[in-house]
Amino acid sequence: MSVHVDIKKSFPDFNLNVKFEAENEILALLGASGCGKSMTLKCIAGIEKPDEGQIVLDGLVLFDSEKGINLSPQKRKTGYLFQHYALFPNMTVAENIAAGIQLPKREKDAIIKEKIQMFHLDGLEGRYPSQISGGQQQRVALARILASEPKILMLDEPFSALDSYLRWQMEQEISCVLEKFGGTTLFVSHNRDEVYRICNKIAVMSHGNLEAISEKWALFNNPQTLAAALLTGCKNISHAKKRTDYSLEASDWNVTFQTEEKVPDNLSYVGVRAHYFVPSYDESEPNTLKGSIQRVIEDTFSTIIMYQLGGDSSIRWEVDKQTYHSLQKYEEHVFLKVFPKDILMLSE
Amino acid sequence: MDFSPFFISIKTALLATAITFFLGLFAARLVVKIKHGKGLLDGIFTLPMVLPPTVVGFFLILIFGKNSYVGILLSQINVTVMFSWAATVISATVVSFPLMYRTTRGAFEQIDMDMVYAARTLGMSERKIFWRILLPISWPGVAAGTVLSFARALGEFGATIMIAGNIPGRTQTISTAIYTAVQSGDRATAYQWTGIIIAISFSAMIMLNYWSNYQSKIISRCAKK
Repeated sequence: MSVHVDIKKSFPDFNLNVKFEAENEILALLGASGCGKSMTLKCIAGIEKPDEGQIVLDGLVLFDSEKGINLSPQKRKTGYLFQHYALFPNMTVAENIAAGIQLPKREKDAIIKEKIQMFHLDGLEGRYPSQISGGQQQRVALARILASEPKILMLDEPFSALDSYLRWQMEQEISCVLEKFGGTTLFVSHNRDEVYRICNKIAVMSHGNLEAISEKWALFNNPQTLAAALLTGCKNISHAKKRTDYSLEASDWNVTFQTEEKVPDNLSYVGVRAHYFVPSYDESEPNTLKGSIQRVIEDTFSTIIMYQLGGDSSIRWEVDKQTYHSLQKYEEHVFLKVFPKDILMLSE
Repeated sequence: MDFSPFFISIKTALLATAITFFLGLFAARLVVKIKHGKGLLDGIFTLPMVLPPTVVGFFLILIFGKNSYVGILLSQINVTVMFSWAATVISATVVSFPLMYRTTRGAFEQIDMDMVYAARTLGMSERKIFWRILLPISWPGVAAGTVLSFARALGEFGATIMIAGNIPGRTQTISTAIYTAVQSGDRATAYQWTGIIIAISFSAMIMLNYWSNYQSKIISRCAKK
C-alpha cells in the first residue's frame, strides 16, 4: 500500500505546496497550527480540491488535474480520523461502526462484532456517543474507520481533545492499532514528543510547504532548517553568519562558535537546545557565552534558568534539579559552554 | 354555526405544510450547498415573508390569473386556480415557505461539517448522508420550522383573500371568516373563531417546545462541538 502526493493549492494567506511518497509506514506531518497539515489530509480524502497536481493511492489515481480526474471522497477508500472524531450523535455505537460497511446484513453484523471486541467496546453497542467517554468515542471512531476497510489511515491531531492521562493511554492504543493495520498511515500533529514516539519518519511542514522527509532521529539530531528546529523544540535560536568553514558568528548572542561539521554556505540561523549548555567558570574557553542568571523557574522535574546576555537576548537553559543545587554557590560567575557537536546549523 | 371554515383551514394548513416541508428542506439544502449566488437565492426565498401579503397575492394573480401563461395552460386541461380551494393552499404554501426554509437552513448550518466529511470518506452516498445524518441531527430545527409554517399557513389571510376570495363552504378559512364576521358586526362568531385559532396555534407551539427539548437531550453534546 503506497501513496504518492504532489499537490498545489493557493489560499489568500499561504500557498500549499506538498510533495511526498509513503509506503507501509507511519509518516508524521509535523507543523505549527495553520501550516496546511490538515488541508493536505483533506485534499487526499477528497474533501478539498487541490488547484493542481496528482494524488495516487495504491496505483489508483484519486486526483490528476491534467487528466481531469477527481474521484469523490466515497470512492477513495481513505480512513480519516477527525480531531473531534465526528461520530454521528443520532446513531448508536454499533450503528456508527456499521455506517461505513457496504455489505449484506450477515457479514456486516460479523464485522461489527469483531470491531466491538477488538476495541473493547463490549456492552456499549446500544449507547449513543454522548453517553460514552472521550476515550471510548475515539475507539468507536477508529473502529468505524477500520470497518470501512480503508487503504490509508489519516489521523488529524487525534489526541488534542483528550486530557494528559487519557492522551497517554490512547497513544498506546493507537500505536497498537497502527501496528495491526500495517498499511500507510499519515499522522498530523504539532506535538514533537507524540510524533517521536509514534512515527518512524517525519515530514516538517511550514507555511504550506513540506520540507524534506527524514528519519525521526536524524531530524532531532540535525534539524537543518529553522522551522524544523522550532518544531523539534529547540528553544534558543540566533541569527548567524558563516565565518570560516569551521566557525560561525551567532550575532544575537555576540559569540563565535567553533563547529564540528563544515558550516554550510546557506547558514542563516544557529540553534542550541536548552539541555545542551554546560556550566563553565573559565570565560576564555571557546564556545562560551558570557552573561548572568536573570531568573530561575522551577519546573516539575527540571529547573529552567533564563540567562541574560548583553543586550536584549537571553538564553533558556534547562538543568536537572541536582545540577542546579550544586551550581548555586557560583551562580554569579557561571558561563555557558556549548560543545561543537551540539551546535545546530540552520538554513531559512 | 357553520364549521366549514374550520375544516377548510385545517385541510389547507396541513397540505400547505406538507408541501412547504419538502420545498423548504430542498431550498435550505440547496442554499447551504452552493458556493455562488447564496445571497441572491436567500433573498428570493425570504421575500414572501417580508413583502406585504397583498403584494404576494398580486404576484400570484399575475402567475395564475386567467390571462397568464400558467392560467392559459391550466385552462386547457379545465383547471382554474383562481377562487378555488387550490388557491388557498397555494397562498398558504408560498407565505409559510420562508419560515420553513430559514429555520431549516439555520439548523443545517449548525452542523459540524466534519460529520458530513467523515460520512463521505466512509463511503456513504449523499442521499444517505442527507436522510440518515443531516436530517436527524437537525430534527429539532426542522420540527420548529414545520410547526411555525403550520401556524403561519393556518393564519394566512392577505394573499388568500386576493386569489382565493372568501366563498363560504369553498374558500372561506377561519381567518377570512373572522374578517367577514367583524365586517357584518357578528361579534359572537368572531370571538369563537378567534378562540379556536388561538387554541390550535398555541397548542402546536407548546407541543413543539416539549418535543424539541426531549429531542435535543438525545443528541446534545456531540452535535454542537
